[in-house]
Amino acid sequence: MTGKLVEIDDLRVAFRQEDGSYAEAVRGVGFTLGREKLGIVGESGSGKSLTGRSLMGILPKTARVSARTLRFDGNDVLSAPAETMRKLRGSRIGMILQDPKYSLNPVMRVGRQIVESIRAGDPKIGKTDAEKIAIDMLEAVQIRDPERVFRAYPHEVSGGMGQRVMIAMMLVREPDLLIADEPTSALDVTVQARVLDILDELVTRRNMGLIFISHDLGLVSRFCDRVIVMYAGQVVEEIAAKDLENATHPYTQGLLNCMPRINGSLEPLPVLDRDPAWLAETGGAK
Amino acid sequence: MIEIENLNVWFGEGPDRVDAVKNVSISVGEGESFGLVGESGSGKSTILRAAMGLAPTWSGRISIGGIDARSGDRRQFLKTVQMVFQDPYASLHPRYVIGEAIAEPMRINKIPDSEARTDRLLEAIGLTPAHRFRYPHELSGGQRQRVAVARALSLDPKVLLLDEPTSALDVSIQAEILNLLNRLKKELGLTFMIVSHDLAVVSYMCERLAVMAHGEIVEVMDRETLRSGEAKEQYTRDLIAASV
Repeated sequence: MTGKLVEIDDLRVAFRQEDGSYAEAVRGVGFTLGREKLGIVGESGSGKSLTGRSLMGILPKTARVSARTLRFDGNDVLSAPAETMRKLRGSRIGMILQDPKYSLNPVMRVGRQIVESIRAGDPKIGKTDAEKIAIDMLEAVQIRDPERVFRAYPHEVSGGMGQRVMIAMMLVREPDLLIADEPTSALDVTVQARVLDILDELVTRRNMGLIFISHDLGLVSRFCDRVIVMYAGQVVEEIAAKDLENATHPYTQGLLNCMPRINGSLEPLPVLDRDPAWLAETGGAK
Repeated sequence: MIEIENLNVWFGEGPDRVDAVKNVSISVGEGESFGLVGESGSGKSTILRAAMGLAPTWSGRISIGGIDARSGDRRQFLKTVQMVFQDPYASLHPRYVIGEAIAEPMRINKIPDSEARTDRLLEAIGLTPAHRFRYPHELSGGQRQRVAVARALSLDPKVLLLDEPTSALDVSIQAEILNLLNRLKKELGLTFMIVSHDLAVVSYMCERLAVMAHGEIVEVMDRETLRSGEAKEQYTRDLIAASV
């Protein structure tokens, strides 16, 4: 494979307003991704999820999307036929959403959902073999009793376990890119740590690219290699994850400062003073 | 101000019985902020729900402001203690404008002059009287949570029970709400009981806290102990380690 896994330049997503005009929710986002862990952080409404969804080609029908470049492994996502995109989704790009309660089929046993995913990718795999792969994968994401979970319905497993099932379902297809949209926000901190370990191990061992979308700056700085900070549909800062504490953009600094810390000051928390200048189009901050 | 003794809460009966809270005793003084932390399913929210009468089967004693939750005057009890829920969208009536939502407890309790009080409450939480005519969907998440706080304060309670009051909000908005709660607490002399999975929030807000697991209190400690990392129990130390 040559070049980058993901190339995005001047991505714009707009939605139609009541008066017929379009309001841009993503305004000129650009970045590239290799085989690494890239974090996208920002508040709700900053456009981070829409950016991830654009790459999957799963924006709502009402969205108007344009980009100078929107490529996954050389495939132009905007002009690719629906058939090509369908093949990419699932087999080469996987997505994990925030809450497994809503992303698993509630009336289908967990195991059958994973088997379905395996056989959709390769119909030549027999049912028995697919079941074995599914159980092995459940074991790989550290589910202690994979055979019980295989037969369980989604409501019979806990949130952390459901999220591991989602990860297993994505990973059986061995995607090259995983887009994880707030994959641990609905989980307890201790479960979160376990899910992150699993993701980390898989990214490293399988040499995948990971886009990790989160509102949690601390988490992203610990977990990712590189971080993109989004504000009002734009990338305002791009920084090595370990240097996030020294971020230069006042928005990033403001977000870091307004978080209470276990050992932090007890004075009133600094609140974010939003400078209207942050809204000006930068054409992609560097 | 808050006395909880040997509280047990369970759901279901016979073989289906699940014990959500087991033999919990907590005492919170006037003007204090007490935190309840633990993982999901540890029973922390259930304690607040039992106090408010939202968990039907419980035993033990709950008394707030000297009024017994079971045998005391219900109206008087609810004038003393009010609750703020996690999700401000789910806890505000979608077809009530903000003014109605805030004034409803006053109307039920026949408190006069509710319109003027609603305006004052809106100002106290950092909104304006013009917001009275807005619907919840017209407000941001942070503004909705402010409205939930205003409604909880409309009966002039002494105690607020706060169930994950900021976990649905962005950190920038969380900071505003936490500052607001601390200011109101000081101005109105309130007592708080705050449920949170976020130890940093609890460390910032609460003088004392209880760590819960599997329906039981693992450890009660003060803020200094939490901040110095000298928690006695391994479970608490693991929780702190996973939080920083």
